[in-house]
Amino acid sequence: MALIATEELTKRYGQVTAVSELTVAIEPGVVGLIGANGAGKSTLIKMVLGLLPPTSGRASVLGLDIATDGTAIRQRVGYMPEHDCLPPDVSATEFVVHMARMSGLPKTAARERTADTLRHVGLYEERYRPIGGYSTGMKQRVKLAQALVHDPQLVLLDEPTNGLDPAGRDDMLGLIRRVGTDFGISVLVASHLLGELERVSDHVVVIDAGRLLRSSSTADATAASQLIAVEVTERTDELAAALREAGLGAQLVGTLLEVDLQDDTTYDIVRDAVAGLGVGLIRMERRRHRMSEIFTTPDGSR
Amino acid sequence: MTTGQGVIHDLGYRHYDGARAGRRYIARALFLESAKGAYGLGRSAKSKVMPMLLLAAICLPAFIIVVITTVTNADKLAGDYTSYVLNVSLLVMVYVAGQAPTSVSRDLRFRVVSLYFSRPLERVDYVLAKYAAMTTAVFVLLALPLTILFVGALLAKLPLDEQVPDYLRSLVGALLVALVLAGIGLVIAALTPRRGLGVAAIIAVLAVLAGVQGAVQAIAVEEGADTFAGYAGLFSPFTLVQGVMSSVLGAEKVLEAEPPGALGGAVFFAATFLVVAACFGALLLRYRKVSI
Repeated sequence: MALIATEELTKRYGQVTAVSELTVAIEPGVVGLIGANGAGKSTLIKMVLGLLPPTSGRASVLGLDIATDGTAIRQRVGYMPEHDCLPPDVSATEFVVHMARMSGLPKTAARERTADTLRHVGLYEERYRPIGGYSTGMKQRVKLAQALVHDPQLVLLDEPTNGLDPAGRDDMLGLIRRVGTDFGISVLVASHLLGELERVSDHVVVIDAGRLLRSSSTADATAASQLIAVEVTERTDELAAALREAGLGAQLVGTLLEVDLQDDTTYDIVRDAVAGLGVGLIRMERRRHRMSEIFTTPDGSR
Repeated sequence: MTTGQGVIHDLGYRHYDGARAGRRYIARALFLESAKGAYGLGRSAKSKVMPMLLLAAICLPAFIIVVITTVTNADKLAGDYTSYVLNVSLLVMVYVAGQAPTSVSRDLRFRVVSLYFSRPLERVDYVLAKYAAMTTAVFVLLALPLTILFVGALLAKLPLDEQVPDYLRSLVGALLVALVLAGIGLVIAALTPRRGLGVAAIIAVLAVLAGVQGAVQAIAVEEGADTFAGYAGLFSPFTLVQGVMSSVLGAEKVLEAEPPGALGGAVFFAATFLVVAACFGALLLRYRKVSI
């Protein structure tokens, strides 16, 4: 059964089309939803929650119709909004217990699950202090905990790494990966950073201006056009020529040489070519895709 | 497990397959939490101060009346139930102004509503739970001193057949006052996410209503326009409910002018009903517009 299936799903706000004829089927697992700001990610999430009626088209979540089974969907789904949503005057424990009860858990179960969930997201002693004094990283963890506390079958995370520093970002991404693999809960995580989602998701859905650009497994998406960047001390053009001779695509970008990564032997070929020229190798690294690259479909049209 | 030593606790993720209640349970849980919250119960010590002080201030005169009645061996209470509610009206307004924003502005300001509405709870359930909770809180605030008076009357061995109907009637009045005040308070609070603004706005609206009512009624009485003076009670929550009490429920007339005759009673009753329905409708409309 598809986790989320949409058929010609469209949402218009007056003149503005937020989501346009989106047809996509997403299998369970960790799914990345990628799009620039305003691409329609949040609108899609709200429709998936059954809170925003589509202008036209249909969609189902966990086999439930978004138009008619909203309450049943919201019983089985957890949601972490992009914006702040925590009152400052209560502790994380009090707040998450309350939210567990608002998902229909009895009092005792709510307490037990809150303690478990807060531990899983990495909040320990500080969970008894008022949320007002928390760092952004801790607040994001509380937001994630309230989405997980009722043990949903699917969590919808809207920009969960917003406002986090690089270390906090890594922690949050690791946590999201664990939710998918160790907890066995499907995840739909929206972000405008592809590099981030590449690392944690099994599948990526790319939308732009409300339209579907690509829906494929992460492996497919990245295998298509992987690059390594090579920087040498001198004679970069000669190196490029040598690599082309060896059958590799290589183009000069500024002082860097971008080489198509075919398989692991590519690294050896580059190494040998550099050694053959007798120049110094400053760096050789995997390139992350930029949004613009993945936004370009194989035939070059947008 | 008690299989002896060496038990390894599995700290991995555990799924939950226990009971999951539906909308009604959730709404009831929200109602209880909000009603307790209106007295700061289950909240910080700081948030208990104001509601508890007001509760004490509203109950204190009842104690004094009971003591006086008992000591002087009076054959009736030194203050009646009906006018008691009117005499503490200012304190009740202050309470509503303080607690209505605490109940709803906070959820709007910090956008906690997104988390409520992304759960099985529907918007109408949220409004119902919050309205019922605030009504209950205000009702308790009035019912407690009335009950003190009643218990005092029993201790002073006042005739039961006079006290019981008066007491029960006053409880109905307290409930009506609670419905009207909670409605007005919540509507204003739900329009102003900032708590301070909400407090000020509720006080202002209630004070203006009471002021207009008092002034209009006084002028009308002065001018001898008795019918008009009677209807002036419609302007303010307390006099509105007092009108219903005296005309429909047969409570004592304690105002300068009360609703004239059966028609007046019907008008006051209808007005009370309309105010409550309008407040509930306005809250529903307001929350339909709240995006998550």
